[in-house]
Amino acid sequence: MDVVINGERRKVTSGTSLLDVLGELKLDPRAVVVEHNRRIVRRPALGDVKVKEGDAIELVHFVGGG
Amino acid sequence: MTTAVEIIRDEPLTIGGRTFQSRLMVGTGKYPDMDTMVRAIEASGAEVVTVAVRRVNLDRSKESSVLHFLDPTKIFLLANTAGCYTAADAIRYARLAREAGFNDFVKLEVIGDEETLLPDVAGLLEAAKVLVQEGFKVLAYTNEDLVTALRLEDAGCAAVMPLASPIGSGLGLLNPFSVRTIKRRLHVPVIVDAGVGTASDACVTMEQGVDGILMNTAIAAAQDPVAMASAMRLATIAGRAAFLAGRMPRREVAMPSSPTRGMLD
Repeated sequence: MDVVINGERRKVTSGTSLLDVLGELKLDPRAVVVEHNRRIVRRPALGDVKVKEGDAIELVHFVGGG
Repeated sequence: MTTAVEIIRDEPLTIGGRTFQSRLMVGTGKYPDMDTMVRAIEASGAEVVTVAVRRVNLDRSKESSVLHFLDPTKIFLLANTAGCYTAADAIRYARLAREAGFNDFVKLEVIGDEETLLPDVAGLLEAAKVLVQEGFKVLAYTNEDLVTALRLEDAGCAAVMPLASPIGSGLGLLNPFSVRTIKRRLHVPVIVDAGVGTASDACVTMEQGVDGILMNTAIAAAQDPVAMASAMRLATIAGRAAFLAGRMPRREVAMPSSPTRGMLD
């Protein structure tokens, strides 16, 4: 099924969790903050939240800035 | 070597319950490479270091998190809401930044104009109120307007950050009178943020009596960022020392330094 991750349409396995999505992208859950349909999902809950068709996921981190 | 630091009697800077020895804060953007950034931050002596919140690059062929190069146990990470043009966006970015788990401080920017990057003070106040309610320690980037600064303090901001001149302009402190007035009237720390171009700008800014100064481009875009970071460290200390020492009054006419008596006939 299709979801939108950081503005890009991507295919993920049906019934997958946010933690699985991070795993597929080879991202360390400790190094990113996850927003799921505009709601922040805390790290301990990432495995519990299932992703649905059309969901919007934002994965952010700190970059250089002033 | 005797340094000014040993001679001046100064108090540490306390913002939102956190105490810092250095009055210079630096950004992490626009460096030619990460190694230069790390060495420049070290040379600046800054304890507070700003970072921005952005999307992770999914193909990860390009930039990685700035945290690969900074040790959050040694520096104090201050996340900004740079690039946000509405209160709602700034609030969203601040919440994401806090979720990273380092602290509840945020350098709040709500930009109102793309060309000048001047703040949208209405949006800024709106966002500040919400974030203060949510327990954030808000350091509000604003213009040099006293009334806005007073409103931000009333809203519960932990510090108010008037600009010296527009972000990245390097024009230096354009309105010392307004910045001095803000410092005189506010109780929370006043940190001048943005617009410094070189060490003399930092020195003049600190001579106004403000509590600190934050800069990024002046260091990152210098030909030798590490050397400029060192110059900025010294200039910040010098300006602070001069402020504490209390300058002589200005005069419109000269007054000789040497005795006028005892001259030969």
